[in-house]
Amino acid sequence: MRHEILAGAPATPTDVSLAGAGAAMPSYLEIEALWKVFGKFAALKGVSLTVKEGEFVCFLGPSGCGKTTLLRAIAGLDLQTQGTIRQGGRDISTLPPSKRDYGIVFQSYALFPNLTIERNIAFGLENAKRPKAEIQARVAELLDLVGLSAQAKKYPAQLSGGQQQRIALARAMAIAPGLLLLDEPLSALDAKVRVHLRHEIKELQRKLGVTTVMVTHDQEEALAMADRIVVMNHGVIEQVGTPTEVYRHPTTLFVADFIGETNKIPARVLANGRLASAGTELACAPHDIPVGSAVTAVIRPVDIIPHGTGARSPGAPDTVGTLENLVETAVVKMEFLGSFWRCRLTSPRFGDHVLVADLSINAVRRLRVAEGADMLIELPRDRVLVFAKEG
Amino acid sequence: MSAAPLALPTGPALRPQVAGDDIVKRGLMIVIMLYLLVTLAAPLYVLLSKSVSVYRFDLATFEIQRSDATGQNFSAPKTVAQLNAETGAIAPDQLEAGSDGRLSLTSLFKDFNFRSPVKYRLRGMDASASFLIGSELHRGPDWVELDSNMFRRVALRPATTTGLDNFITYFSTPSLTRAIWNSAIIGIITTGLVIVIAFGLAYAFNRSRMRGKGFFRLVTAIPILVPSLLPGIALVYLFGNQGLLKDVLMGHSIYGPIGIVIGSVFFTLPHALMIISTALATADARHYEAATSLGATKWRTFWTVTVPGARYGIISAAFVVFTLVVTDFGLPKVIGGQYNMLAVDIYKQVIGQQNFEMGAVVSVLLLVPAVAAFLVDRAVQSRQVSLLSARSVPYAPKPKTAFDWACFAYCTLVAIFILAMIGVCQLAASVKFWPYDLTPTLRNFRFDLMDGGGWAAYYNSITMALLTAIFGTGIVFVGAYMVEKSDGFHIGRALFHFLAMLPMAVPGMVLGLGYIFFFNNPANPLHAIYGTMAILVVCTISHFYTVSHLTALTALKQMDREFEAVAASLKQPFHRLFFRVTIPVCLPAVLDIAIYMFVNAMTTVSALVFLYSTQTQLASVAVLNMDDAGDIAPAAAMGMMIFYTNVAARLVHMVIARRLLARTQAWRYA
Repeated sequence: MRHEILAGAPATPTDVSLAGAGAAMPSYLEIEALWKVFGKFAALKGVSLTVKEGEFVCFLGPSGCGKTTLLRAIAGLDLQTQGTIRQGGRDISTLPPSKRDYGIVFQSYALFPNLTIERNIAFGLENAKRPKAEIQARVAELLDLVGLSAQAKKYPAQLSGGQQQRIALARAMAIAPGLLLLDEPLSALDAKVRVHLRHEIKELQRKLGVTTVMVTHDQEEALAMADRIVVMNHGVIEQVGTPTEVYRHPTTLFVADFIGETNKIPARVLANGRLASAGTELACAPHDIPVGSAVTAVIRPVDIIPHGTGARSPGAPDTVGTLENLVETAVVKMEFLGSFWRCRLTSPRFGDHVLVADLSINAVRRLRVAEGADMLIELPRDRVLVFAKEG
Repeated sequence: MSAAPLALPTGPALRPQVAGDDIVKRGLMIVIMLYLLVTLAAPLYVLLSKSVSVYRFDLATFEIQRSDATGQNFSAPKTVAQLNAETGAIAPDQLEAGSDGRLSLTSLFKDFNFRSPVKYRLRGMDASASFLIGSELHRGPDWVELDSNMFRRVALRPATTTGLDNFITYFSTPSLTRAIWNSAIIGIITTGLVIVIAFGLAYAFNRSRMRGKGFFRLVTAIPILVPSLLPGIALVYLFGNQGLLKDVLMGHSIYGPIGIVIGSVFFTLPHALMIISTALATADARHYEAATSLGATKWRTFWTVTVPGARYGIISAAFVVFTLVVTDFGLPKVIGGQYNMLAVDIYKQVIGQQNFEMGAVVSVLLLVPAVAAFLVDRAVQSRQVSLLSARSVPYAPKPKTAFDWACFAYCTLVAIFILAMIGVCQLAASVKFWPYDLTPTLRNFRFDLMDGGGWAAYYNSITMALLTAIFGTGIVFVGAYMVEKSDGFHIGRALFHFLAMLPMAVPGMVLGLGYIFFFNNPANPLHAIYGTMAILVVCTISHFYTVSHLTALTALKQMDREFEAVAASLKQPFHRLFFRVTIPVCLPAVLDIAIYMFVNAMTTVSALVFLYSTQTQLASVAVLNMDDAGDIAPAAAMGMMIFYTNVAARLVHMVIARRLLARTQAWRYA
């Protein structure tokens, strides 16, 4: 049912790595075999992960997957049961939060309500040794950085949610921490502000070059912001990769299903690269699952290529040459989602299974796709991914 | 990717390195917990053990030899029990003793003469058997030889055992057990009356647009500011033997159940009103709209929406009122006449008869309704929370002329009742001899001429109330902060929470008696504070701990849970956060706790009546003692002094609050 809920996968995914800054950098945060056990329930089951210096990493997963537990372990707020955490080469596994080196932004922002914006930002700077002028200069610099200089004398309650969020960020960055931790920092905001702040935080992070770990349950947020995404489920890491890697090359069915939309087709392995599904044979991406195994074949709605409203549709120029995985379907239902059409297709060759295909407005117009019409589609071999059937 | 091991590696779980802050926090929590253990748990424990301590002379554990007239040849040893069986000199009921019991043995020998040359030998047969020779204590199996003159000065000491004998004695004494029924009946009648009256008031306050709400709110809060004795005194003046309105009672006496009920209604009304008013204030307008749109009549809406919506408040208020009435001591002492109530019985047993064990038994009985009420209240409170949702629409009453005037008339009646009680006391205090000689005079305020401690008692009370407010607020708030905002240490925090809730279920009389047992024991290193101002302050803080603790907790729970984490990540010690953010944000609650402690310290009698000394007499106790001595007008005058002091304290609280809040709470109104 997930594909009913999630929407808006990138329309033109590419395999270009966005890792950029992080690629050649030394590792900064090393997590090794981390366990967190509450009674009989294990929230983290031997999680290991390395974050490079300057990298922006997102922990992504459904609620209860352990992503927040992992973040709180890094922050020292909830000590892990077992395992080590090293930050910048220093073992911080059992250090109390005050002995670690990070700034943190919570979902609630936790701004001190009785202190003005500038007092909030200055809170971490006010040590006996630091001269007042220096603190003021630093606060001014941070206010400028988040573009809220004019609000310095106001109280948090007088600011909008997005502004409060930026103040929380400025406060966390005031002490120039080596690590920035963001715990669902955007989820309390409206959709529009959220999209805007997404870019702003990412920009800020790039400008400051601070290693950043963000927890989110919003895949769109993770795809848009992260250099690398850590997909978690049931206390284990399912996959670590750049946004395009986890989107284009999910290594588990969970990742394929959780990120973006998928069609899941039950099938059986005939040979490496060939599947049998219901009444048809399909070519698929190479895999190493033994012949005869029951598998789930996965293809994203955007990867389905439409070939017109019949096998020999005159207006379809790319029906030349040998094509694999062509399926005759009937368009059962079409739904207009603004930037594309979501079409539900059935085919006797897939039995009762309904395929979802996202077609560009262009393609629908060109191929005259309409409800009730027939349509020939192609499932490109390298986009048909195969996963061993779950439990 | 999920190549991770699927089983937790063996080995001990990691232990956090504890930061300096955590040590300070836990240290503070342990200190406050110890404080509560010593000032609350230990006295109660001693009280409970006292109630099951039985003192009996065990004659079988003593042996006696007697010589002939030469003082040389001793008879074969016999136990005292055997001797008594032969002579029957000591009656069975003489064997029951108090903790101070002494039993002479001379009556066992009919021909005893202290000038006779006959000698005696006496020994205890086990280690617990002890006897006095003069004031010297002996115990153990070694024979002690005594001439007749010394034998005269021998007294056996009782053995201590644990058992329910005290309770059996209590329940087989009808004059004592009657107090249980009396208390229960008075409690039930008063509760019924107060709930109805308070519901009417709360309804008028929340559901009408009558005039003068502010005034009525002030007036109905007055009873909190006076000791519960004061309505008793007012009733004496109004309906007593020389009372103005004596005939209204048609021959019934105000001294007894009638007086107790009327006075109890007076002093419990604000408590019930506060709880029910809160319940009615949180009504959801949507329910009323739904009822109206379904065509329900007003009467039906009242019974199907209003009452059920406030039911938890009503239940909670009923139990609070019942407990207050049953555990109150001052009012029945003043107006109860011969009508025994449990709380007064404790006083009579302890102060009147010095029977501490029986006082402890009555205390334990008094704990039962208080604990039950406490448990019900907790259960109800936890349900009340779910009634209001974020989507609720607050109910706003519309003006309805007839209804609003009816509410106004009703509130006026109640206000007259309250003001009349206070007014009578003020009048009586400021004239020569109410109601016969109404010449104004300040004579009744010359407390130094009366028993009860004089003006010194009044100043003691103010000192005590101030100390209680200052130390109490500090201890309560810091304790609540440590419980609410520290991590780990779960057992310690749970125990702390239990201790903090305990005072709610412990009546003042019981606490006070526990303090006698615990602190008046010379073996207790804290014995030094007995009879000082310190024990009064400590006892009052403990007595009013729970409500203060809950107030502090409520305020602290509204603080973001992550403030501590943020401060730690910013490398700031917790005390900076505490003083810069927590205290300023919670200042309204802190001030509320302080005024609550002050007002209650000024008015409370129950616990302190056992604990004051000649140096530390108190105004509220002076009211009691002067009334006892027949100086009723000065008692009323002192009661009014307490009232005016509390009014002044409230005004000061208001001014301070306004000034401080303007500075620290600007953000709320920005």
